[in-house]
Amino acid sequence: MRLMGKLGRWFDDRLQLGKPMMVTMAHPVPRQTASWFYVFGSAALTVFALQVVTGILLAILYVPSAGEAWGSLQVINEQVAAGWFIRALHGWGSNFMLAIVLIHMVQVFLFGAYKFPRELTWIIGVLLLLVTLGMAFTGQVLRFDQDAYWGLGLGASIVSRVPVLGPALVNLLLGGPIIASATLSRFFALHVFVIPGLLIGFVGLHVLLVLKLGINEWPMPGRIVRRATYLAEYHELTERDGIPFVPAAVWKDIIFSGFVLLSISACAALFGPFGPGGQPDPTIIQTAPHPDFFFLWLYALLSYLPPAAETPVLLIGPVIALAVLIALPFFAGEGEKSWKRRPIAVLTVLLAAVALGSLTHLGAHTPWSPVMDAWSGEPIPEKYLKGRTALERHGALVLQLKQCRNCHSLDETGGKRGPALDGVAVRLTQDQLIRQVVQGGGNMPAYGKNLSPAETTALVAFLETLHPPGQAPASDASRAAIVQ
Amino acid sequence: MTSSERPSRRGIFLGLGVLLNAIAGLTLAVPILRYLFSPVSRGRKPGSRAWVSLGRVEKFPAGQTRFATYRNPVVTPSDGETATIPCWVRNIDGERFQIFAINCAHLGCPVRWFPQSNLFMCPCHGGAYYADGSRASGPPERGLFEYRYRVDGGTLFIEAGAMPTPGASLASLTVRRPPCA
Repeated sequence: MRLMGKLGRWFDDRLQLGKPMMVTMAHPVPRQTASWFYVFGSAALTVFALQVVTGILLAILYVPSAGEAWGSLQVINEQVAAGWFIRALHGWGSNFMLAIVLIHMVQVFLFGAYKFPRELTWIIGVLLLLVTLGMAFTGQVLRFDQDAYWGLGLGASIVSRVPVLGPALVNLLLGGPIIASATLSRFFALHVFVIPGLLIGFVGLHVLLVLKLGINEWPMPGRIVRRATYLAEYHELTERDGIPFVPAAVWKDIIFSGFVLLSISACAALFGPFGPGGQPDPTIIQTAPHPDFFFLWLYALLSYLPPAAETPVLLIGPVIALAVLIALPFFAGEGEKSWKRRPIAVLTVLLAAVALGSLTHLGAHTPWSPVMDAWSGEPIPEKYLKGRTALERHGALVLQLKQCRNCHSLDETGGKRGPALDGVAVRLTQDQLIRQVVQGGGNMPAYGKNLSPAETTALVAFLETLHPPGQAPASDASRAAIVQ
Repeated sequence: MTSSERPSRRGIFLGLGVLLNAIAGLTLAVPILRYLFSPVSRGRKPGSRAWVSLGRVEKFPAGQTRFATYRNPVVTPSDGETATIPCWVRNIDGERFQIFAINCAHLGCPVRWFPQSNLFMCPCHGGAYYADGSRASGPPERGLFEYRYRVDGGTLFIEAGAMPTPGASLASLTVRRPPCA
């Protein structure tokens, strides 16, 4: 023990870091900031450290080559001791890191921490969110499977829409004219060197600013931030009523970080690693590409935007969002910090959460995608065939064979792209049904060329039987008048 | 500096040092930028697009649309399976063809051909195309991308080399207007 002390002193005589470290650790913080609300920043840093460690471990065995990456992931999963667990830790760590970064961002936003004098801390935080998302996207590419391959195609398609520069940007993104080995190796360089470098630099600045400017005090309704008086008020708060960060506040950070690490380990052990999915072979087209969880909202948005609005929204939307986030501390740099007095801030967070949540939910269920095998895999429910005439039953056959079920459901089975056909006869008259089938429209292809007149007649005859028992099918009033 | 008018020797050497490093920086910047932007400049070089064979014409019966694959004209040793690219070949009437890129014109996902309903359908966002590649429904703003083709000695060739994207980058590679079906 005495030897340890001597050794420590020997180093500190030369490094001279001991004293400044003690001062930094014991710096006073406002009493109420020793709160469970203030643990997310340090937790994000802890998870980042986990990502660095597991990332280096994976890089030892990963082969960043389009021909071999998928196989090397299989080797890590199957043949290396605890390989699957390290991959799972890295994958789950990524999800936890994004989630914690988002929670941290919401917390500092609701606590008004971006206000004077912490504008730059917020802006670097926004940059940290961007690089964290960049890590998530590039990481998903390194898991070089079918989703990664087609996800790159999706990214290239979005980038290609940039006016004038689009084609050159696609080549830069892919490292060539097609998705191939040059694509994977540049994403490897981004994921392993470039973005982590930025991340470490930004984290350093972010933490330095927190230490220099002091942690944001607990917001009190009515305690207004003014540029002229804030610094003196904050000084008063830390000097008069402050507590030392170590140990008075830090124990909550440490407990929460440990809890997060254990949660990640539990998820990794219980749910295992993410993929890799199918081989990144573009000739295997029996696939439904899907992005990772944190990009599902974007995937859903791309389905629901009107075609004409897509390119402007994709290209201008992120720029506006980023500009708003960076400008926030400049147009709201003073005033109330407490969320209790900032209803618009609270509503903004709720709106963003509901929007992202709903889009993510939709992205996970993709009701807009045709169910490619519904026509051969989902039979017509028996109740819709009972008591039907030969013509109507032939129509049911046409409905199956022409793959209408890929987009239209019957009795909850089949695609959700188009409306369910269970009660279609109530909504459309015979003439309207014929016109819809033959001409299409309202986002339905026209089947005029693909159906013989006999097939159309049979199909419409069947569709006319699809109405609830007690409800009459729609009829054309003018035609009824002529018959009378 | 010792005086405001005459720079000192040290000042001059400092300036010289900065200048030397600036020249070194510029000298290094040129190859570094050329290296970084090589994917863009390489795309303009001859050879990146070339005529590749899809096989004998008999593989593609008249009136049908069949799946075909080809090897990208430019391949590196580590490309593996990613350099084998699929496409759809439509033999219109035994003489005229349409060769469609696999990539949906919306966001590049692989479209699948359904001969029963004569439609191409995309699994990602539900884009659908008619047999002649024209847009039928869904988010795509245009029809499927087409390769230029020629038949030479009973073999079908297409001009390939780049992944088509909606950014009109392949105006030169792909046929804009599909021939009337």
